[in-house]
Amino acid sequence: MTPPPLGRRGLFGAGAAMAALPDAIAAQPAPQEHPAMTHTLRINGRAHPVALDPRVTLLDALREHLALTGAKKGCDQGQCGACTVLLDGRRVLACLTLAAAAEGHEITTIEGLAGPDGALHPMQQAFLDHDAYQCGYCTPGQIMSAIGCVQEGHAESPEDIREYMSGNLCRCAAYPNIVAAIEAAKPQMQKA
Amino acid sequence: MRPFAYERVPDPAAAQRAVPVGSSSAAAPVPTMVLAGGTTLLDLMKLDVLRPERLLDIRPLESRLGAIRLDGQGLRLGALARMAQVADDVEVRREFPVLAESLALAASAQLRNMATLGGNVLQRTRCSYYRDVSYAACNKRNPGSGCAALDGYNRLHAVLGTSEHCIASYPGDFAQALMALDAVVEIEGPQGGRSMPFAELHRAPGDRPDIETTLRPGELITAFQVPAGPWAKRSRYVKVRDRQSYAFAAASAAVALDLDGDRVRGVRIALGGVATRPWRATDAEAALAGQRLDEASAMRAAEVAFRDARTHGENDDKPELGRRTLVRALLEAQRMEIA
Repeated sequence: MTPPPLGRRGLFGAGAAMAALPDAIAAQPAPQEHPAMTHTLRINGRAHPVALDPRVTLLDALREHLALTGAKKGCDQGQCGACTVLLDGRRVLACLTLAAAAEGHEITTIEGLAGPDGALHPMQQAFLDHDAYQCGYCTPGQIMSAIGCVQEGHAESPEDIREYMSGNLCRCAAYPNIVAAIEAAKPQMQKA
Repeated sequence: MRPFAYERVPDPAAAQRAVPVGSSSAAAPVPTMVLAGGTTLLDLMKLDVLRPERLLDIRPLESRLGAIRLDGQGLRLGALARMAQVADDVEVRREFPVLAESLALAASAQLRNMATLGGNVLQRTRCSYYRDVSYAACNKRNPGSGCAALDGYNRLHAVLGTSEHCIASYPGDFAQALMALDAVVEIEGPQGGRSMPFAELHRAPGDRPDIETTLRPGELITAFQVPAGPWAKRSRYVKVRDRQSYAFAAASAAVALDLDGDRVRGVRIALGGVATRPWRATDAEAALAGQRLDEASAMRAAEVAFRDARTHGENDDKPELGRRTLVRALLEAQRMEIA
């Protein structure tokens, strides 16, 4: 497998690290690398064989190795929810999940929601109908989380939705429309 | 992130023998750490605070260590049960509400779907000097290096159980609920199984803030036993935060009440967000025993609970916040309608 091209994040990160590298850290012996491990990840109903360093998170595996860039890297430390995916139907944070630990589980990303004919998932359609986003960066995470929220039975009222969606930050503050979209999608999901 | 080797516990049978976890003594680099939900561990590995050379993923043991069981004796919670699973459990919510509430008010829905109970009680402090390795002084991270929080940003730091070496607060919620219900923790390790009161699991920092628990090298928490009792149903968790949801406690109180009319037959109190470890307020409990419970007596007990509080400037408001949080928890528990 050829390494993927370096993304913007990688370039900026590398540049900043080089510039700021203190002598003390530079003088340390290079830590011992571990060989890549081979895994088969089940994503959106398909099996993807991958060879990955043990450090690779599920989020980086999706984005950098499998070209599934729907899940977003916002904070990369479990605080913003932009990387939310479903693992065996439960919403989890891909940035705090090791790819290795995701093997043997069924992963669903935003790319796996639409039907084979391109018909949108009711939650996707509701986000469109209710203008539930501005810049759109947090939206894939919001939609995956919203699906989890409804399936868990935690979308019973606007208050309930606000509480159980609090792990998905939207810096454009599209929150009122997000709540409205979830309320609208809930009966559609139950019908489907 | 530094390189590490990843291994999975192969199957439940493999864990019947001692779990090869490795040392948690922070004096030497930790060779092996257990990975369960990963929500604390991977975060702190990315920040370079924790540096295991080997991760042992124990999630395959979920079938053996993930069950919730209720019988006449009480509740048994497997250490690999997920926070959300317990928070949403109908029987736990009815019979031990403080447990479910403490879990539901913690973290976010995604994190509660990932994090396990065993990992939850062992989560690390949110002290920013601990989490940021560019600060040299942190006795918890780097023993003997000092404490940058003493004269630093310490608005969220502890006022109970502190020492001159560390004022980092214990960040969790569930631990206070377990403590208020007199839970017992089950442990497996190289020398076999043992159990102890949950209240003895965490250590105050003293002169070794880096040693946070009484777990021995290689030991793994496998379950929590919560005894049934007349106080369990009338139990409540009140959590005060900087924002309405998805934040660590500025102050919290877990209370369990056994009432005889409006008199207190027995009360258990544990405080969060204000102490260096999950904090049982036994003196406050004694102050309330036999008393009529009202706002005045609750406030007197709260005064006792924070009698020894030591503040460090930015957290001067903590004792008052903690007192009012406890009063609110006691009065809310009193008003609960018990079936």
